[in-house]
Formats: sequence, structure tokens, C-alpha cells
Amino acid sequence: MKILLNSDQIHTTVEALFSQIIADISPNSDLAIIGLRSRGEILAQRLNRKLNEQLGREIPCGTLDITLYRDDIHSPRSGVQPTVRATEIAFDVNDKFILLVDDVLHTGRSVRAAMDALTDLGRPRAVRLAVLVDRGDRELPIRADYVGLRAEVEPNESVLVHLIEEDQVDEVIVEQSETL
Amino acid sequence: MTKSTFQWTRKHLVGLRELSRRELEFILDTAKGFEEFSTRSIKKVPTLRGKVVVNMFFEDSTRTRNSFTLAASRLSADVIEFTKKSSAVNKGETLVDTARNLEAMGVDIVVIRHGAGGAPALLCRSINACVVNAGDGYNEHPTQALLDVYTIRQARGTLDGLKIGIVGDISHSRVARSNIYAMTQLGAEVTLIGPPTLMPPCVRKLPVKVSYSLDAVIEELDVINMLRIQFERMGGNPFPSVREYSHYFGLTVERMQRAKPDIVVMHPGPMNRGVEIESEVADGPNSIILKQVANGLAIRMAVLFLVNQAAMQTDVKS
Repeated sequence: MKILLNSDQIHTTVEALFSQIIADISPNSDLAIIGLRSRGEILAQRLNRKLNEQLGREIPCGTLDITLYRDDIHSPRSGVQPTVRATEIAFDVNDKFILLVDDVLHTGRSVRAAMDALTDLGRPRAVRLAVLVDRGDRELPIRADYVGLRAEVEPNESVLVHLIEEDQVDEVIVEQSETL
Repeated sequence: MTKSTFQWTRKHLVGLRELSRRELEFILDTAKGFEEFSTRSIKKVPTLRGKVVVNMFFEDSTRTRNSFTLAASRLSADVIEFTKKSSAVNKGETLVDTARNLEAMGVDIVVIRHGAGGAPALLCRSINACVVNAGDGYNEHPTQALLDVYTIRQARGTLDGLKIGIVGDISHSRVARSNIYAMTQLGAEVTLIGPPTLMPPCVRKLPVKVSYSLDAVIEELDVINMLRIQFERMGGNPFPSVREYSHYFGLTVERMQRAKPDIVVMHPGPMNRGVEIESEVADGPNSIILKQVANGLAIRMAVLFLVNQAAMQTDVKS
């Protein structure tokens, strides 16, 4: 196991992500943030606080659970039970400028599932993707618009993001995958 | 995606008797994820796309059957409706043969309601598809009890320490049995209330109290579940008249005045208004009867999702 980002570095990386977003989006756009359960949700909330402060208004923020949209749900590779949790989006996504937030971008399959889930809720005007870590090895034609850190990781390694709100510690680590 | 350390491994849901507290809670938590579905503009997810669910109903049903059909459709499964009246069962085909034939068509999940207790358990041993019990004889009706405890949890937060009364025709009620297993497992104290003629002999073996007088216990109950008198299953005369039954065991406005002000009133349906429950009570502020029906959908989606998931896991392993 090696540490990719420690607590301070996560802080700076989120700042970097935030700067990219602010530089790119129009301040008057009808922006809303949606995080993917469960680490993306926490990152979305952190970005939400910064954006609210920067723009001086409340940006709506929600959470998407993609379990039911996964393409590997019928062939779970690991022996771990996926838990269905509620999607909590209290605003109308129609015509919104949606910022999707996830922790790690890998195969692109979660993002594919998230976009399907999102389009079932309505028709956003545009969707952008922000990720804390892009580790490469894509299996689908998907890329992120805003990337905190591009990491060089071996195919048999996995990148795990731990955040204080859920894991009592802020760190990004690289581990040997148990299953491949 | 959130991953849990708990692993759901049952590809059949035959009864709640064999389920642990952890398993019951896992179903309820999963159902919570499905609860907001009815508020969406597109009430459908692709989860069971390509899967086939057959509703094998050998007994009449409106709520349960439609609820299972809707739950399966919302998960994008294809649904076959099977009724005894229009099937080869009338030509002498056995239950197992019927099920095997349906399975040969590629059915993944069999939802079965049958007049004979144990029919779903028999199917589990005979076919490879997942089996979900939608009510078997006097035995169990697991999804009804799951939606009951789910609705109680929604109303009161937890079942731990709640005093729950189940009133009426206990002996003919599969709902009562499943209710008892789920409620006691989740920490509630259950009292069965009804005339001695409608108490099954097995009550002595169950972890419940028994009362032959509703008036004696009404004041201490947090939740009251009123059962329907199942006239169609009844032989003999368990009570002198419907009016007398209603007088002693009906939930009336007058009895409600003696109950705790926040008592939760439930009924598994179909209601016989004026017999076991007065209309004013059924439609009153304490009633969560329609919420039970709404939650049934989330529970059934969760159950179909979980049994299919478990079946996939076993297929991967083998």
C-alpha cells in the first residue's frame, strides 16, 4: 500500500479542482452539483460549500445512487454486496448545468451508469464531470472535464479514496487489487 | 456505490421464520433505496432487464399481485401473469410440472401464491429459478409482514420496545404468522388478540402474549394490526354472529378514545369496514393503511432485486 495523497494534499487537490471549475463555468449558469455515492457525495458537498461562498448563492446539491444502473450487477466480480441507497436530488434537473462529482475515474462504467440515471430524472442542459483522481485504464469513451490528480497506476492496483466524513481519515491510497 | 460487509445469500424468500434480524434489516434498508421511486418522472430502472418474472397466483389477490407486477416492471423485468383459472392446472397438471414448464421458457423468478402451506418450499426444491412466496395457505406471507414492519419503522423509527397488538382471525392468517416472526425478531412485544376459537394451537410455541379481550389491552398498545375475518376459509361457527365479533373485537371510534393518542392503526387489506374496523378509524389520522400499500411496492422491488442478486452470485461461484 502506498499513499497517493495525504490530508493536506487532498485539500490542495480539491482547491485545484475548484479553481478549474470556477475558471470554466459561467458564474450566471444555472448550476447544480450531483455527487455519486458515497465518496463522490462527500466531495460534491465540499465543492458545494466552496462554490456557494464564491458565487454568493446556494447551489443545489444532490446525491445519485447508481447501483441499479450498473452493468456488472448481474455478474458481481467481487463477493461484496452492493447496497441500494436512495437517490437524493431535491431539485429539478431539467435545463440545469450539472456538475457530476466522483472520487476516482477508472473504467468509466460508473459515469456511464450515472449519466443513464441522470437522464432518467430529466434533461439537463449540460453535464460536466469532476473527479479527484483520474487513474486511466478506461473501458468506455468517457473523460473528465476537471481532474484533481492524474495518477499513474498499474492495472492490478486500485485507488481508494478515504474521506473524514466516512472513513475518519483524509487520504488517497493505492493497493494491490484482491480480485482481478 | 456503497458496499456493505453484509452478504445477502438467499435466492428464495419463502418465509420470515428463518431470517435473522440482520437479514430483515437489510431488506428494509434496501427497500428504503427504492422508496423515492414513485416520485420520479421515469419510474423505471434497468436492473432486471432481460429477466423474466412469473406471477403464479393460485388464489385471488389484487394488492399483492399488482404490487409484484408493478415492482417487476419498474425493475424492467418481463412479467408473465399466470392464473389458475386459465391454466393447464385445470387439466390436471401438478404444481411442480407447471413450474418446470414455465422454467423451461426461461423464467428467472417465480412469485407464488398458493392455498397450500409449503407450496413455495416445495418449488424451491424442484426448480432452479428464484422463488418468492406471495402467501401460502395459513403459513406465511413474508412480503406483507416486511411492508408492515417497514411502515411501522417509518412511523415510529424503530420496533424495539413497541407493544404491538394483532387482532382477529389469527388461526387462518398467514399475515399474522409472518408478522410475529418479523416483529419479535426486530424487538417488538407482540400480543395476539381474538376469540379463543380463532387462536391457533401453535400460539403456545410462539414468543407472543395472548389476550382474549381487546378492551383489556387496548390502552397499552403502540401499534394495532387489524386482521380480516377470513370467512372463505372458515368451517363451523367460530363466533355466534358478525355483530357480536365486531362488538368485542372491532376497532371502533369509542375504543380508539381509550387507546394511546399516537397509536398506529394498520390493516393488511382487504378491509371489511364495519366488521373489524370502523370507517372513521380506517380513514382517520392514526391509520397508515394506505402507506402500507405504497410501501409494499418498495419492499417487493427490494425482494426481487435481492433474490436475483443472490442467484447471480451462486451462478458465478458454480
